[in-house]
Amino acid sequence: MSPILQAIHVQKYYGAFHALNDVSLSVDRGEVVCIIGPSGSGKSTLLRCASQLENIDGGVITVDGEIAGYRRSGETLVPLSDSQIARQRQDVGMVFQRFNLFPHRSVLENLLEGPVRVQKRPVEDCRREALALLERVGLTAKAAAYPNELSGGQQQRVAIARALAMRPKIILFDEPTSALDPELVGEVLSVMKELAKSGMTMIVVTHEIAFCREVADRVVFMDGGAVIAAGSPEDMIVRPQNPRVASFISAVL
Amino acid sequence: MGANSGVVMQDLAGVDVKRLRISRPIPYRQVAASILLFALLVFIAHAFWVGAIEWHYVSDYLFSAPILRGVRGTIVMTICAMVMGIFLGTAIAMMRMSANPALRWAATGYIWLFRGVPALLQLLLWFNLALIFPTISLFGFFPVNTVDVMTPFVAALLGLGIQQGAYTAEVVRSGILSVDRGQMEAAQSIGMTKLRAMLTIVLPQAMRVIVPPIGNETIGMVKLTSLASVIQYSEVLRTVGDVYYANSRVIELLIVAGIWYMVIVTVLSIGQSYIEKYFSKGWGRAAETVKVLPEGPAAMGMA
Repeated sequence: MSPILQAIHVQKYYGAFHALNDVSLSVDRGEVVCIIGPSGSGKSTLLRCASQLENIDGGVITVDGEIAGYRRSGETLVPLSDSQIARQRQDVGMVFQRFNLFPHRSVLENLLEGPVRVQKRPVEDCRREALALLERVGLTAKAAAYPNELSGGQQQRVAIARALAMRPKIILFDEPTSALDPELVGEVLSVMKELAKSGMTMIVVTHEIAFCREVADRVVFMDGGAVIAAGSPEDMIVRPQNPRVASFISAVL
Repeated sequence: MGANSGVVMQDLAGVDVKRLRISRPIPYRQVAASILLFALLVFIAHAFWVGAIEWHYVSDYLFSAPILRGVRGTIVMTICAMVMGIFLGTAIAMMRMSANPALRWAATGYIWLFRGVPALLQLLLWFNLALIFPTISLFGFFPVNTVDVMTPFVAALLGLGIQQGAYTAEVVRSGILSVDRGQMEAAQSIGMTKLRAMLTIVLPQAMRVIVPPIGNETIGMVKLTSLASVIQYSEVLRTVGDVYYANSRVIELLIVAGIWYMVIVTVLSIGQSYIEKYFSKGWGRAAETVKVLPEGPAAMGMA
């Protein structure tokens, strides 16, 4: 079985800053990969490249076997058009640190925007599916509310439901609980746990070490734009082998 | 009890605090200002009353046919020029923020040129276009005489609409900049192209910031259309002019025009407040109140 997402020798620069240095990572169907590491280590950049919000400067990223953003012609990669890239992005869900719900749309409209307007699926089906997703994240009562009327935790749960509504092949979580008040972190993590259990393929950039330990199939440690170590939660968090990983874990726990 | 309380207690020694009253001094300054302004108002009103103004001319002409035609001309030109300005302005703003440097430069040049040249001069340029281009054609096809096409209406519309586009472009751009970058990214993450995300997600939110200054500019445009009187477009200032050239009641007819301008501007101001309400959807409760909003027990139970 081919991996859902594959990053192969990925390079990314912001001006002179080397944000991603030869990063390779492969995520199989149904796998939950947590990426940890100090801030500025390139974790979020990797997700943003995978969702094509940023262009990469070298290497290749594939989603379900398809090269992201390019078409291969012999030995050259030809950039895809705007609409082709938009099509590819539908397979890759993204949950942002700051939720980024559409404030001028109600919760239900936030969930319908993609499936109805972009994917052109029948409205009634989408509505039924959206309401089921809201039930799944515990927010059926908030369907008609506007995002600004919700707490941060509720907004993030809506954002997860919005990503799910696209029926993506993988969902990327970019520090989903970092902008939340501490007492609201739990409700978002429990939704994510349930999602992981249901077999969703996920990459989670997070500082919640306990969550990684409980939910991750694999933990990846990044520093200085490179993957330093990867392994089971047992090998990475409980008994870290790599000294840099060990010092990071002991610092955050 | 701190050290201060001793001092306070000395001040209040032997006083029943419950019986204390707070005196309200007469607000002399407010009274003086009111009297002064009222006197000024009376003075101005009196001046107008004793001045040689034949008020019946005002009431006679307020609803006369030529004046109403002029009012219609003003309203039509305001609407057309603003619609043109908003479309041009939105397009130019998007070009100015494009990743394509050619589009960016074109937009910057447009704004530089049409914001820099006076509106009246632009009207005269368009109106007199026939002097340099006697005929206009599309690469040799469909040739027409410029004088036939460049009517006062067309010249005024081009002059006012194009320069309005330059101003509106900056208003729209500031509106787009006011929307968080995350909105564009979130829209792209659910498969929207940049253009679609801009039109359905970013611009509607930018409207909250764009509408008040556009309202302001529309009101400005109502008055700017008076420039078109110079190129024989029959708006209200020109039609009152036509009348007072004949009957010499200059001030009376200028008052008529003034009344109509005030009426149009008042109606527009009221309309603006409705439009603002529409685009503030979802912002009814400010973001800072979010944290104190009570969590519904039902929502918590389901979490």
